[in-house]
Amino acid sequence: MTDARVDRPDPDALLRQGTSREEGRQRGRLKIFLGAAPGVGKTFEMLTTAHQLHREGHDVVIGVVETHGRRETLALLDGLEQASLRSVDYRGQTLGEMDLEALLLRRADIVLVDELAHTNAPGSRHPKRWMDVDDLLDAGINVLTTVNIQHLESLNDIVASITRIRVRETVPDRVLNRADEVELIDLTPNDLLQRMRDGKIYAEQTAGRAMLHYFSPGNLTALRELALRQTAQQVDAQLVDHMKANAIVGPWAAGERIMVCLTLQDRDASLLRYGKRLADRLHAPWIVLHVETNRDLTDAARARMAAQMHLAQTLGAETVTIPGQDVALDALAYARARNVTQLISAHPSGRGWGGRLRQWLGRATTERLVQWADDFPVHIVPPSSGEGATAGQPGHRRAVRFGAYVSSTLIVAGALGIALMLRRGFDVGNVSLAFLTGILGVAVAYGLGPSLWASILGMLCVNFFFLPPLYTLTIAAPDNVVALFFFFATALIASNLGARVRNQAVVARHRADVTQSLYHFSRTITGIIKLDDLLWSVCHQIAVLLECRVALMLPEGDMLSVRASYNAGQRIGADDLAAAEWAWKHNRTAGRGSDTLPGVRWLFTPLRTGRGPIALIGLDTERDGAILDSEQQRLLDALGEQAASAIESILLAQDLDKARLEAETDRLRGALLTSISHDLRTPLASILGAASSLDGYDETLDAVARKELLVTIREEAERLNRFVTNLLDMTRLEAGALHPRRERVDVGEVVASALARASALLVDHPVETRFGADLPMPFLDDVLLEQALFNILDNAGKYTPAGTPISIAVTVDHDRLVLQIKDTGPGLPISAPDLVFSKFTRLISADRARPGTGLGLAIARGFIETMGGTITARNRREQSGAEFVISFPIGGGQRV
Amino acid sequence: MSDPTVLIVDDEPAIRRLLRTTLASQAWRVLEAGTGHAAQHIIKDTPPDIVLLDLGLPDMDGIDVLRLIRQQHATLPVVILSVRDDERGKVSALEAGADDYVTKPFSMAELIARLRNALRHALQQEGTQPLFISGDLRIDLVHRQIVCRNVEIRLSPREWDILRMLVHHAGKVLTHKMIMNELWGATADVQQLRVYIRQIRQKIESDPERPIHILTETGVGYRLTKQV
Repeated sequence: MTDARVDRPDPDALLRQGTSREEGRQRGRLKIFLGAAPGVGKTFEMLTTAHQLHREGHDVVIGVVETHGRRETLALLDGLEQASLRSVDYRGQTLGEMDLEALLLRRADIVLVDELAHTNAPGSRHPKRWMDVDDLLDAGINVLTTVNIQHLESLNDIVASITRIRVRETVPDRVLNRADEVELIDLTPNDLLQRMRDGKIYAEQTAGRAMLHYFSPGNLTALRELALRQTAQQVDAQLVDHMKANAIVGPWAAGERIMVCLTLQDRDASLLRYGKRLADRLHAPWIVLHVETNRDLTDAARARMAAQMHLAQTLGAETVTIPGQDVALDALAYARARNVTQLISAHPSGRGWGGRLRQWLGRATTERLVQWADDFPVHIVPPSSGEGATAGQPGHRRAVRFGAYVSSTLIVAGALGIALMLRRGFDVGNVSLAFLTGILGVAVAYGLGPSLWASILGMLCVNFFFLPPLYTLTIAAPDNVVALFFFFATALIASNLGARVRNQAVVARHRADVTQSLYHFSRTITGIIKLDDLLWSVCHQIAVLLECRVALMLPEGDMLSVRASYNAGQRIGADDLAAAEWAWKHNRTAGRGSDTLPGVRWLFTPLRTGRGPIALIGLDTERDGAILDSEQQRLLDALGEQAASAIESILLAQDLDKARLEAETDRLRGALLTSISHDLRTPLASILGAASSLDGYDETLDAVARKELLVTIREEAERLNRFVTNLLDMTRLEAGALHPRRERVDVGEVVASALARASALLVDHPVETRFGADLPMPFLDDVLLEQALFNILDNAGKYTPAGTPISIAVTVDHDRLVLQIKDTGPGLPISAPDLVFSKFTRLISADRARPGTGLGLAIARGFIETMGGTITARNRREQSGAEFVISFPIGGGQRV
Repeated sequence: MSDPTVLIVDDEPAIRRLLRTTLASQAWRVLEAGTGHAAQHIIKDTPPDIVLLDLGLPDMDGIDVLRLIRQQHATLPVVILSVRDDERGKVSALEAGADDYVTKPFSMAELIARLRNALRHALQQEGTQPLFISGDLRIDLVHRQIVCRNVEIRLSPREWDILRMLVHHAGKVLTHKMIMNELWGATADVQQLRVYIRQIRQKIESDPERPIHILTETGVGYRLTKQV
């Protein structure tokens, strides 16, 4: 076992190294100058390095540097190119922000970005500067940056507890972890304080306050230790990766996996930060689990949980939400399923009297977790005193539930009325059942809290109204005390059971709603074949389910364009489009309320399949603020997944169709070339041959031979003419350049002129015409009709033996004018008579003796259909021969 | 009558050579122009008896050339050379005063017949032949008498008007609009005309379904032909 592990590099580590190396080529390199406190000289060191790089011939640009007026630093700016800042007006102030767009365009080798933790002014592309840096790195630009240890997300609590100042500007740990190089700028606390006193760090007036709060020697020592430890950890992590990748044996904490159980009571980030630190120390992956119960169904709870989960993701955790009833048991089941080795939960105390009561009753999640987790170490994390108390909004919840308590009180009052009536009217001794019934009803209708309230009220009522001495809260007889105790116990149990039934029902109904809508969605979109229909349907469904405006964008060439939208009242502006393009390019969510371009109106999320992003969905709502809560976000994810795979399958089918069409087009093109070269060359060869004979052997040719050659030339030229005519007609048809000029047409007249034109081709065939009396005049283009008829007659002349008759009949059938053209030739292939209308089809394809391209009938059909008519071909029933039936709507033409 | 002079206006040297050779062999004197401007100069310097005009010229629209000729010479016969599928071009040429048209590719016999016909019309311009005889059909404009296969035929006044107009321009194509404008005014419906033509054919053609006297020029108009 051990042997097997010795030599084999850890694939995960290899992958990580691979990506960092791979990314190193495409992504820029990130070097972080890490300091323990302001003033240690990070910026100074960064600028010194920049000068050195500049001297080595690198293209170095200062993106943004905060000098804080320090003279030494200012002096170092000379000789380096400084990008201009973007000025932003914010609340009457003009702020200078780093101009990310300009830097991306400038494409320097190396960009200097000071103060990584800086928060950008509203209206910037990203809310945080470290995100800007991410974009620069993505663009392949190397970045030098500075950050203080206090800004590191996972250390935020610890730093706050050391310095008593909570820093709001934080940088996710992964930014530091992904840095290619971290250089610790170390200065002993005494030296730092000396610099401070020399006024080298802050200008005089602010120095005193800053010193007092922050720059105590104790604080600085602690911060320095933190910075040193963090850097050591970073080095350690790189070393570990290296060793793992190269299959070096080491003492690995094999297979550790940490899970943080997040509950609604956890309102600050201390739990998550603890989890992060533990996971980092153990080099273990970590999961943040939230078991969702019906209590999470209020908007406030959802928003809070969403924020926590977002923070967890920022800290690098895998976040999971599962529905459940009993948080502790469900969490443990999940932990076992995922092979979790250590659990983290919040300390159960200190969350108001409710928390204490639960703890006392053994109902607190953590208590139960510890009680049942006999196979896990459980870390209990105390709450931090700082921000937690203000984060939640208990007042809001109380307001929501107030109505329930009023109703409960009324129900108890009703029960009291009934109980009094029972005692007076029927002399029933045990009236407590009336109260119990009421309490059970309250529990089912309003949940645990109101039913506990009802239990207490009920107990008091029984005591006051029914237990002697009456109308006091004292109890005389000891057996009554026992009775009252049992009444209260029963009430509590009934409350609990009823409330649980209600919870289950609420959660189940909610789940059923979600499942139902997902099912409906998938059923609606699976049957759709056309892409546009599908896109519209997806928009419509999502808009209805999430109650928002929806637009779907698909890439067209290298542009994104809106292919479908539902209820998109607010237009997608240029800002929104920028967010959309960013989201598409980075395959991440962007726009309103997200990390990127949060100021725009729309929110864009890519729809992904296994092959990558396939479409972009844009959302917008009437109201301001966040578009989706976490519940809706999950629903959107599920819907998006289904939509993406449906869109993908249609796109794949389209690709397939296109390929098939191309193959078919190629086949046709081949047939056309063969056909054209044959049909053009044959008459040309005859004409050229005959003409050169006449030219060369004029004297030796007798009159008969000369005449024969001349006739050949004429007939072949006429054949060539017909062929070119057909080709031109076909081209016009296919190019859509056919614009029929329709007017009332006497079809008999057109038949006559077609016959006149075809008379030379039909010399061997007697033609019989039969027109009904007083034929109506349909609305047609006589030129096109004549050509169509000519082609059909030409075809009949070609494929029928000499001497066989051809008949043309024009009749009226209901509201249609019908032309029948019958020949007495061999007829059409029985299997597919309609095949004659396909291009380049000749009945006996090997038969080169029959001239013509097989275009004539295709053109006839094209022309007739252009004029709103139909043409069919079939074999005659009464005898051999083909029959072509053309029909046109008379279309309101009056009979004359 | 001395040999007639024809001016050939076409930018294709091959077509001009063919026409020159053939027409010269049929005792025509031939002038040639490759552009509309050259044509105008020749007409001014040595007026021909008839012009054969191609509609597709490199320097100007054939119809414009025709209009310029008509401004100077109201009666100089002009026959248009046109291509198939250009029914609109033919109609506008006829309505701008062309005497006839021939569609490319054409047979030489047909072309010469059209040229002669147009020339004859020009000579008869003043006094129209009062008697039209074609095969078994005999129309006397003076006495308003029509005899077909030795049977006298009666036409309604409107039918007579149409037939008389066709006889006036026998051998020439009359567009639908030309006939309708003359007889009804600009608002007329082509369907009415077709109905009258059908009725006239019923009366004068031996096989109205395969007419030989009043021929349909599809997309353009009608032509009364003279059977020999």
